Amino acid sequence: MNLVRFPLLWLALLAMWLLLNGSVAPAQLLLGVIVATLACWAVTPVAPPTSRIRHLAIVATLAGLLVRDVVRSNIDVLRLILSGRPARSAFVNIPLELTDENGLAVLACIVTATPGSAWIRHDSKRNVVTIHVLDTADKLAWADDFKRTYERRLVEILQ
Amino acid sequence: MTGTFSPPEWLQAVIALVVLAGAVVTFIGTVGLVRLATFYQRIHAPTLGTSMGTALILLASSLHSSLVLGRPVVHEVLILIMVLVTTPVTLVLLARAALYRDVAEGNPDVPALPRSTEDAPKP
Amino acid sequence: MMAAVIEGMYVAAQVILALAMAAGCWRLLRGPRAQDRVLALDSIYLSAMLLLVIFGMRSGGLLYFEIALVLGALSFVSTLALAKFLMRGEVIE
Repeated sequence: MNLVRFPLLWLALLAMWLLLNGSVAPAQLLLGVIVATLACWAVTPVAPPTSRIRHLAIVATLAGLLVRDVVRSNIDVLRLILSGRPARSAFVNIPLELTDENGLAVLACIVTATPGSAWIRHDSKRNVVTIHVLDTADKLAWADDFKRTYERRLVEILQ
Repeated sequence: MTGTFSPPEWLQAVIALVVLAGAVVTFIGTVGLVRLATFYQRIHAPTLGTSMGTALILLASSLHSSLVLGRPVVHEVLILIMVLVTTPVTLVLLARAALYRDVAEGNPDVPALPRSTEDAPKP
Repeated sequence: MMAAVIEGMYVAAQVILALAMAAGCWRLLRGPRAQDRVLALDSIYLSAMLLLVIFGMRSGGLLYFEIALVLGALSFVSTLALAKFLMRGEVIE
C-alpha cells in the first residue's frame, strides 16, 4: 500500500539505509525494507501532494544546467566578496506559471542552493515569488533568464 | 593510514589540493558573512560553503577512502545530498522569519507586500 | 618530500576552516539582529562538519563521517527550530 503511494520516497529511504551501513547483505536489506516501509507509513497522515514526473530527458537537462549555474554563480559570488565592492542587490518579484506544489518546492531549493539568489517569499494567492538577488545589473534580464532556464522546464516536467 | 593500498603520490596531491580549494571557498563564504552589508545579502554567503565547498571536500574524501580501502566508499555522498537538500530549507525559512520580523517592525528596506508592478512581464 | 607537502595542504585546509569558524563566531557575537546570529551558527556548523571530514581523511577512520553526518542533521534541526522561533516566538505550534 505504502509502496504504491510513495514509491520514490520508499526507494530513497532504502538506498539511504544501505549507503549508511555500506552493505547489501540480506539482513541489512530486510532491515532497510522495514525502516523504509515504517517511515512511508508515518508520512501518510501528512499526505504530501504527489506529482507525476514526465520527460526524464528534461530532468537530466535541468540537473546539468543546475550544476553549471551553481559553479558559475559560485565564481561570481567569490569575485564579488573578494573585490569588496558594494553589491547591487535587489528584491525581484516574479509572477509564476508553475502551480504544482512539489515543483514550487524544487524551484525554491534550486534558487536558494545557488549562491547569489535566495527565495524570500511566495504569495500563493497571486502566485508571485519574491527572490533576493545578491548582485545584478539588470533585474528584468535576471527574472527573464530565471523563467526561461528553470521555471519553463519545471512546467514541462510536471504539468 | 590503515588501508591496504597506497594511491600514487600525484593523485594524493591532487586530492589534497581539491580539499584545500574546498576549504578556501568555504572560508571566503564566511568572509562574505562578515563583509556584506545587510542580512539579505549575507544570506547568500554560506551557500558558497554548502554548494561548492562541501562538494569539493566530500568528493575528494570519497575518492580518497575508495582508493585507500580498495572499494567504492560512498558514505560522503550521503552527507553531500543531506547538506544540499537541507540548506535551502533552512535558509528559506530563515529568510521568511527575517522578512516577517522586518515587516512587523515596519523596516523600510524590505518590500512590504508584492507590489502590483511585477518585475517580469505577465506570461 | 611530497608526503610532507600533502600533509601540509591538509593542515592548511584545516587551519582555513578554523578561520572560517572564527569569522562565523565574529558574526555570531556581533549580530546585529537575531537572524544574523542564527545564520552565523549555521555556517559554524557547516565549517565544523567539513573540518571533521578532513580529520577523517587524515586518520583513515570511518567514525568521523558518522559524527559529520550527525552534526549535519543537528545543524538542520537546530537552525530550523531557531528560524521557527524567530517567526512566531514558539517552536512547536
